[in-house]
Amino acid sequence: MAKVSLQGVSKFYGKVQAVKKIDLEIIDKEFLVLVGPSGCGKSSSLRMIAGLEEIDEGVIKIGDKEMNNLEPRERNVSMVFQNYALYPHMTVEENLGFSLKIAGLDKKEIEERVHEAAGILDITEFLQRKPSQLSGGQRQRVAMGRAIVRRPDVFLFDEPLSNLDAKLRNQMRTEIKRLHQKVSTTIVYVTHDQVEAMTLADRIVIMKDGIIEQIGTPLDLFERPATKFVATFIGSPSMNMIKASIVKQNNELSMKTNDGIIVPVPKDKQNSLSVGQNISFGFRAEDIVPLKFGQKPSSAWEMQSSVNLAEPLGTETLIFTNFGEIEIVSRMFTPEQVKSNDVLDFALNLDRTYLFDENSGLAI
Amino acid sequence: MNKKQINNILIWFSAIVLIILIMTPGLWVVLTAFRPQVDVMAKPAVWIPRNLNLIQFETMLFGGSEGSMGRSPIPVLSYLRNSLIISFTSTFIAVLVGTIGGYGFARHNFKHKNKYFLLIMLTRTIPGISLSLPIFIIFSKIGLIDTHIGIILVFVALNIPFTVWLTDGFFRQIPRAMSEVAMTDGCTKLQAFWHIELPLSRSGIASAGIFAFLISWNEYALVSNLARSTDSKTLTVGLMDFTAQFTINWPGMCALAVFIIIPALILTFMVQKHLVTGLTFGGVKG
Repeated sequence: MAKVSLQGVSKFYGKVQAVKKIDLEIIDKEFLVLVGPSGCGKSSSLRMIAGLEEIDEGVIKIGDKEMNNLEPRERNVSMVFQNYALYPHMTVEENLGFSLKIAGLDKKEIEERVHEAAGILDITEFLQRKPSQLSGGQRQRVAMGRAIVRRPDVFLFDEPLSNLDAKLRNQMRTEIKRLHQKVSTTIVYVTHDQVEAMTLADRIVIMKDGIIEQIGTPLDLFERPATKFVATFIGSPSMNMIKASIVKQNNELSMKTNDGIIVPVPKDKQNSLSVGQNISFGFRAEDIVPLKFGQKPSSAWEMQSSVNLAEPLGTETLIFTNFGEIEIVSRMFTPEQVKSNDVLDFALNLDRTYLFDENSGLAI
Repeated sequence: MNKKQINNILIWFSAIVLIILIMTPGLWVVLTAFRPQVDVMAKPAVWIPRNLNLIQFETMLFGGSEGSMGRSPIPVLSYLRNSLIISFTSTFIAVLVGTIGGYGFARHNFKHKNKYFLLIMLTRTIPGISLSLPIFIIFSKIGLIDTHIGIILVFVALNIPFTVWLTDGFFRQIPRAMSEVAMTDGCTKLQAFWHIELPLSRSGIASAGIFAFLISWNEYALVSNLARSTDSKTLTVGLMDFTAQFTINWPGMCALAVFIIIPALILTFMVQKHLVTGLTFGGVKG
């Protein structure tokens, strides 16, 4: 049983505070992903859990045991690094068995556990090779195997896929998820890639500038972003975001963009806003559709605009067009040919717009 | 002939000239060791040897007197013993201390780290010979003149800065993640160093070791001041035994020189691979 809890944890590098008093409860057997732009404190947090960085403030517990003053080796965690960090002077078999040898297990048991791990990861045929004779994907598997053999309480992954090419990355992503199902151990996984976060996580923690912006399931974050940052960070392509101020028109509140375009405020948000408030409103690419090629949403707001660029991706086409002066992207699911400079009518689904206070960045 | 071929010929030609320039004195030493004194001293010089013999080596090693200039044989074996003891011990200590120092500089942050590093490197800018008088005075006060320990201490001090510099570079080259993985794998810091970082930097340590050994083995100036008798004189200092008031036994001296070169040569060949890595590595390090 290994839940992990961080209570008011901070990390300073000189005068810079990389992690700012974060609180986090990771449930036993959960796959938790820490995601955020570089420098957000996600790696520092992970390294503090591993014991590779000192905890400057707060408490980290694994299970019910406080970890603050324990060495990495006393924490029973396994870490997989971005650059694999396989021991280059050992064969794959020795790499896998190293931790068990250090722990003083007898040869027979080491061999059993190494072969078991190698079996899980399908690397049995490489056992006698040196890391330099392996491809990137194989090395990554060995690195994971090395983590598995120890049967740790917690797996820690530090951007394990970022050195792989796109195709391999997708494949390994699936394997990591499968691995989690097989070994069912708590995993804390750090990445800057929101797609990885969305596909792997039971819950995602989004960090920015050393603080936690939001914790939730992938769907939570996608459907109910708590801040403007989360809204633009999660989802691909990024959410369209337009600055506006609140005005009153025909007794109803509306949003007036900097270019003077006026869009009505969705019904359920009418009471949460005041005239003159500066906001941003966002909508995802699939919530603004070209009328000719899609279904008109129930509460639609329409506009006409010409196409700047179209990117056909097979199942969908991304259409780049202008919303006033700002370029936005629309996702079309009908396999129709759209060319630049085509003038189309677009319908924005008002029920699926997200409003954020411009000052606080919080969702309204 | 095209331009490329001409270029090739030019490169080969310059290389050969350069090699001849470098090798000639060495070859002359070797050749002289096998020639009779008459030939060596002949004027005009005899370039192509007319007869070669092993007399000098016989005299040196077995004390034979036939054909030698009537001098009593010099105690080469004592000198060899001194050279071996001094070189190996000083190399071992210098590499041990230097590696630990290099590791410390590469892996740990402490106040004024760069200044300390610079300070250690600055000691290399002082010509060793300029220290011979102060060292002599200090050693004579504490009774280290003409002892193995005294000379070993000097060589250790001479070799540590270079060893620190070279191994520091090698340890830096090993990703930090390597020892971090080892530590989450259950190692203490020392175990991570021993099982992972040390084997990975063995090229650097080996080349640091060979350099230290060669410096100790070949050093002449300092030892000639600090060694007084067969108790501590090394082979290189022993070379001077071939000079008398009015004569120099050139063939004998050269025979001993050849005798000095051989172990160094063997060692260099043995670790050539590491040496090249060490050198080229040092070359690209910022």
